[in-house]
Amino acid sequence: MVLGTYKEALSARSTDKQIQKIAQDGGIVTALLTFALDEKIIDGAVVSGPGKDMWKPEPMVAMSSDEILAAAGTKYTFSPNVFMLKQAARQYGLEKIGTVAIPCQTMGIRKMQSYPFGVRFIADKIALLLGIYCMENFPFESLRTFISEKAGVSPELVEKMDIGKGKFWIYTADEELTIPLKETHGYEQSGCKVCLDYVAELADLSTGSVGSPDGWSTVLTRTDAGESVFKMAVDAGLIETKPMADVKPGLGLLEKLATDKKTKNQKTIDDRIAMGLPVPYKASSEKEDPLANY
Amino acid sequence: MLARIKEFLGMEAKPTEEKKVASEEEVEKVAEEKPKPRIGYVHLSGCTGDVMSLSENYDILAPLLTEMVDIVYGQTLVDRWDMPEMDIVLVEGSCCLQDEHSLHELKEAREKAGLVVAFGSCAATGCFTRYSRGGQQAQPAHESFVPIADIVKVDLAIPGCPPSPEIIAKTVVAAINGDMDYLQPMMDLVGYTEACGCDLQLKVVNQALCIACGTCAMACQTRALDMTNGRPELNEDRCVKCGICYTQCPRSWWPMERIKKDTGL
Repeated sequence: MVLGTYKEALSARSTDKQIQKIAQDGGIVTALLTFALDEKIIDGAVVSGPGKDMWKPEPMVAMSSDEILAAAGTKYTFSPNVFMLKQAARQYGLEKIGTVAIPCQTMGIRKMQSYPFGVRFIADKIALLLGIYCMENFPFESLRTFISEKAGVSPELVEKMDIGKGKFWIYTADEELTIPLKETHGYEQSGCKVCLDYVAELADLSTGSVGSPDGWSTVLTRTDAGESVFKMAVDAGLIETKPMADVKPGLGLLEKLATDKKTKNQKTIDDRIAMGLPVPYKASSEKEDPLANY
Repeated sequence: MLARIKEFLGMEAKPTEEKKVASEEEVEKVAEEKPKPRIGYVHLSGCTGDVMSLSENYDILAPLLTEMVDIVYGQTLVDRWDMPEMDIVLVEGSCCLQDEHSLHELKEAREKAGLVVAFGSCAATGCFTRYSRGGQQAQPAHESFVPIADIVKVDLAIPGCPPSPEIIAKTVVAAINGDMDYLQPMMDLVGYTEACGCDLQLKVVNQALCIACGTCAMACQTRALDMTNGRPELNEDRCVKCGICYTQCPRSWWPMERIKKDTGL
């Protein structure tokens, strides 16, 4: 299964006009974290907040809806959110931590929960783990190159960035600039090239734009915790949904991109193993399902 | 009891086996077949932090120690000088090569125990004692401290400075259940005796595997790690060489099967 184990796939978006305005797509992560905070399902959330430099996020512990809203939107560079989980548990004293994580971060968190060798009393405090789809990530200097060199704009003028339809999009107040994705190739961090997870297969709930129309997100509910908070938010009228069968381009595109990522990266894994380089995953010849995440 | 521990750990409870009405004879037979594991505790050059972490499992500690295992040997735990046969011996601390008593006790523990566990990073990797250069009171000649696997064959390693209360309880449950799948990483970690925060640079970043997740920095127990431009940055002055950063890194080893079981995904 290239999308991992999930209960339900839906197209969804936040009904909140403010979230719709600032969110990357359907505003699902923002809507769910603010809802979970209001309902006391979580005491606070580790999110990718604004940093000192424009578009260089810093992990932060958000204790209010305003702080969660301030962290809305995708940042296409590193934000080591897992690091901040310890601060959330220790300095902030949170008992129920919510967080948003890309697939590799989800993997670090889940490994820590199953094998907490040196991690004392944090595993049991992860109350809500929201995963976002991720093809690859970029070092900040790569991103700066896209903005300042390739698109030729000042980072301060950029209001939003996006990847879709074969292009890297940069939006300013009055301009829409694009870079073909073949020009961003070579700027990714290389650790991403052995990653076999596109849709955060181990999150409580995963979401991202792929498969749904503009302004909507495709949601995969996975665990009971993820399903429960999502249903509560839908029942409360904070999130509206449509069946995947009714939307274009639909789940097929998500499956295609997940398969593409896994196929390409499994080949890198096989090449590395052939060269004798370390990699924590198996060669395709040793796997029952060559696209599985191990 | 096991169910209580599992509940405490949030581990998925296995469906209880069909209970048969057993005669007293049968109960006795089962008790004979499954005796409580005899545990010994050998304390070499460590700070006692590992056994303190064990005792942090407050909710389950008393029943664990009294109902599930027999503590048969240990400096402060049992009034006994001669070392008995043991199923499992937990060794805390590294072994000082200049201390004949440590060498003797470690070798005897290997002979008398079925499983030798390097319990905590001092026993597993040498940890902080790796910095020793001797010349200190009260034993200036005590200079060389090595992981116990340098001296004897070790079966399981549980790194951590100290290991978390949860990993100790999970390991005990797995050992009692004979859950070798869960213990496999501990067997593999036996070979990881030369640990350092710089492993992240050498074995992860240099090997094109780092993905900026921040798990290493979160796991570091001495705050020797920060994340700079998405990569771990080591403050060597704070590193105790416990090996936890690399052990927790999702790119060092990857226990997918166990995670799927634990999350139900």
